[in-house]
Amino acid sequence: MIRLENVSKSYKIDEETTFFALKDATLEIKEKEFISIIGPSGSGKSTLMHLIGLLDKPSRGEIIIQNKKISRLDDDQISTLRNEFVGFVFQQFNLIPKLTVLENILLPTVYARKKIDYDPTDKAIDLLKKFGLYEKRNSYPNKISGGQQQRVAILRALIMEPKLILADEPTGNLDSKTGKGIMELLKLLNEKEKLTIAVVTHEVDIASYAKRIVNVRDGKIMK
Amino acid sequence: MYYFLFIIRTALEDFKRSKLQTFLTSLGIMIGVFAVIMLTALGLGLKKYISDQFDALGKNTLFIAPGKILEGGGFGTSSLLGNRFDVKDLIRLKRVKNITGIAPLSSKSGEAKGTLKSEFVSIFFTSDDFFDITGFTVDKGRFFDNTDIEKKSKVLVAGPKIAEKLFGSIIEAMDKKVAIDNVNFTIVGVIKSKGGGGFGGPDYDSYFFGPYTTGFLFNPDKQFIRFAIKTEEGVSLAKVKDDISKEMLRRYEEDDFSIVEPTEILSVVNSIFGIMNIVLIAIASISLLVGGIGIMNIMYVTVSDKTREIGIRRAIGARKKDILFQFLVEGVCLSIIGGTLGLGLAFAGVLLVQNFFPAYIDLPSVFLALGVSSAIGIIFGVLPARKASNLEPVEAIRYE
Repeated sequence: MIRLENVSKSYKIDEETTFFALKDATLEIKEKEFISIIGPSGSGKSTLMHLIGLLDKPSRGEIIIQNKKISRLDDDQISTLRNEFVGFVFQQFNLIPKLTVLENILLPTVYARKKIDYDPTDKAIDLLKKFGLYEKRNSYPNKISGGQQQRVAILRALIMEPKLILADEPTGNLDSKTGKGIMELLKLLNEKEKLTIAVVTHEVDIASYAKRIVNVRDGKIMK
Repeated sequence: MYYFLFIIRTALEDFKRSKLQTFLTSLGIMIGVFAVIMLTALGLGLKKYISDQFDALGKNTLFIAPGKILEGGGFGTSSLLGNRFDVKDLIRLKRVKNITGIAPLSSKSGEAKGTLKSEFVSIFFTSDDFFDITGFTVDKGRFFDNTDIEKKSKVLVAGPKIAEKLFGSIIEAMDKKVAIDNVNFTIVGVIKSKGGGGFGGPDYDSYFFGPYTTGFLFNPDKQFIRFAIKTEEGVSLAKVKDDISKEMLRRYEEDDFSIVEPTEILSVVNSIFGIMNIVLIAIASISLLVGGIGIMNIMYVTVSDKTREIGIRRAIGARKKDILFQFLVEGVCLSIIGGTLGLGLAFAGVLLVQNFFPAYIDLPSVFLALGVSSAIGIIFGVLPARKASNLEPVEAIRYE
């Protein structure tokens, strides 16, 4: 479904020194897989996730998503892929404070280019009910708990029915119990909804929810 | 549609959350639009006022004035210094064909004593034709007539305002004596109000009108400052002007007199006020520019404030143009809010001014105000919006 071929991401520090955040990474994520990308801070795992999520472009190498070479796509096409193909879940939840819970969930549909064959609001309401957040639909993010915010973020990731959910330290800002709940939820989405899930974390416990663990150290994927 | 509504609604939601900041940001545009609309309204009012004054004279009216009045598109200087006319001219002019009325004019100012109080007044001494030429109608009593002119009767027709001031009411003023510079006149009639006054034109409601022969009492040289002439309907003014000119040239040099159509004066006056108005509006527009820069400044701050939000939006699929559009809408909304407030203020201002001046706001001004404020929003919003849209998603989302 998604393949990274010898992907590097480097930054020029000065005329002579180049820093590699990621070097020659090759990785394939298959459909319906649940993988964890684990590594200490500064290992390059976030860079890897930004590249998989098309938030960043590689300095070298190629990313192929559903047989499409990303280097050949323009910014609009990449934006469309982010909108339709990937759903993001971040450590800091990244909800928009001035929008209500419901509006936050609906936000990706505002930017949708493809015709959505369901009523986005109905779907959002359904999801809210399913995840026990219906009562909070008109609340603003700062009025709900961290765990609830992260669940809203997951619903926002789900609204466009993406193929891939990318979660960057999704439990980083939550207590261990709530964090566990979030991971259970992701596991459920993978098992029941057959969604492909990639979680970036530095915690072994969290990584262990996945069926496959990828280790990243010093900008390299360890075999 | 959903997209547009969402973007506009979220922009307005932002403003609602920071009302004071929004108000202060749009203040510049508000003041600019207020100033421009107000000046336009005053200009339009002035133009209407002047043309109403001239319209009252009718289309087939001519003036003969001493010296050259209109030179090179403006008023000549010699008109104040030129020769005055006399009764001989009046007799000669009466010979000219196609003239239905001639009113010689001389004026006198002085202290008038009424029963209620004294007031400084102006009197126009003229012929009975004057009332026909100017379209006056009598409210009470009568106009003076030929007999009054022949007998040099000491009679006056009063404007309604001055009649009320001196005697308390129009009815009270009728047949009363009024002393002007120790000459006693009898008020035989009061004209219906013509309105006007204020800027530029004479306030006929505050004038007295008397027979020109009686006016010679104060004017021993028996001279007139002007003739007002009414020509026969359907006869070309140019032809009558030509005939009058021929008659006048028998006695005067080319430069000693002018024959003027009110429309000629009107166009000169209009062009002078038009230029003045444009200059004033141009000066007022500077505040629009300053307002636009204010918006640009705040928009740059907003882009910094919202960097992370931009990152989130990009992460969930917003294209560069979506972000550009979002910020442009914000700029335009800010600007339109300012424009609308300015327009509202101008409406209130015009209502206030209308108590003493016929200013008015026309529809094109309203559209212009809103159009210009949207344009300012776009022009000054586009640079910050471009900055926002060009942020790299990964940089933006990491922004603390």
